[in-house]
Amino acid sequence: MQFIGSMFTLAIMSIFVSNFVLSRFLGLCPYIGVSKKLDSAVGMGMAVIFVMTLASTITWLIQYYLLVPNNLGYLQTIAFILTIAALVQFVEMVIQKMAPALYKSLGVFLPLITTNCAVLGVSILNITEEYTFIGSVMNGFFSGVGFTLVLVLMAGIRERLEQAEVPVTMKGMPIALIVAGCMALAFGGFAGFKI
Amino acid sequence: MSTVKELTKGFVKENPVFVMALGMCPTLAVTTSVENAIGMGLAATFVLICSNIIISLIKNLIPSKIRIPCYIVVIASFVTIVDMAMHAYVPALHKSLGLFIPLIVVNCIILGRAEAFASKNNVFKSMLDGIGMGLGFTLALVVLGSIREVLGAGQFLGMNVLPEAYRNLPMLAAILAPGAFLTLGLLMGLMEIFKKKQ
Repeated sequence: MQFIGSMFTLAIMSIFVSNFVLSRFLGLCPYIGVSKKLDSAVGMGMAVIFVMTLASTITWLIQYYLLVPNNLGYLQTIAFILTIAALVQFVEMVIQKMAPALYKSLGVFLPLITTNCAVLGVSILNITEEYTFIGSVMNGFFSGVGFTLVLVLMAGIRERLEQAEVPVTMKGMPIALIVAGCMALAFGGFAGFKI
Repeated sequence: MSTVKELTKGFVKENPVFVMALGMCPTLAVTTSVENAIGMGLAATFVLICSNIIISLIKNLIPSKIRIPCYIVVIASFVTIVDMAMHAYVPALHKSLGLFIPLIVVNCIILGRAEAFASKNNVFKSMLDGIGMGLGFTLALVVLGSIREVLGAGQFLGMNVLPEAYRNLPMLAAILAPGAFLTLGLLMGLMEIFKKKQ
């Protein structure tokens, strides 16, 4: 029972309170770049949840079974980014072989994820916040869910924004950032939330 | 003439943040104060210059299929150097930048310049490009950081610039997350106006 309770807390914390995009400022490039259409936002979100969960799992194992016992803590950044790059490439090949339909909808987003700082961010955060193995995997998953939530919300707003009359100088990036600011204000309501 | 151009194009005309909208995560996350902005800007500049030099030196040795992983390893090595140096010499700044120092690895400006410039140009030009782009990034961070620190705390580089009455009740939102998005959005709008006028 206590386990379920702590998982629930972790979920609320990483989806709403310290949302990756709006309060930790991670993964902004896809947030602004891929949020023009709802379909692609959902696809990107799913791919990110998948990769973040896998990356959290593997980087945690690497940190505690490879780097720490061999006193190689200073190689963390290099080891993690290489793992993530290899992982993304591997996932891409597996999906292409096993589920061509899924590959078609996710395929274009997968290579982009390597340079999504949310993935490296969650891997490093898992270590600095000293999560357990299960905690890290769950944190990766829920952070991905939080990312997808705001990405999909943003895409919905931006599809509407296409029809709105925006001043010429604010079109595109500037108005997207203003919208993001308003969303951050709304999510600010969760700040200081404790369970 | 062209050398000067390579150096200065990053300042305004091709500013990585305001014009090309690259490297958004550190831009928004660390600009809560001018000090953080300068620290982050210089750290990224160092990595950018070094990685540009190395990549343009070894560009002919790297097979084009695996060039991205190769670039990432070069960049990650320099980021590790910066991380350790900052930890040793400026521990306070290292602590306040925290997660965002290792995340310089995935800063799209650095990988972007490696792919778009250093892999096609000679060492000298790549170095100038690195310096220019790095300083342009730092400039953008400092502008954003100044606005947020002055509005949000009434201070500039830790010195009081606005009257005490304001400092007691500052516009806190400017330092919090929403302020980052709004300030950058409005600044980008301003850049558009300037571009139209020219």
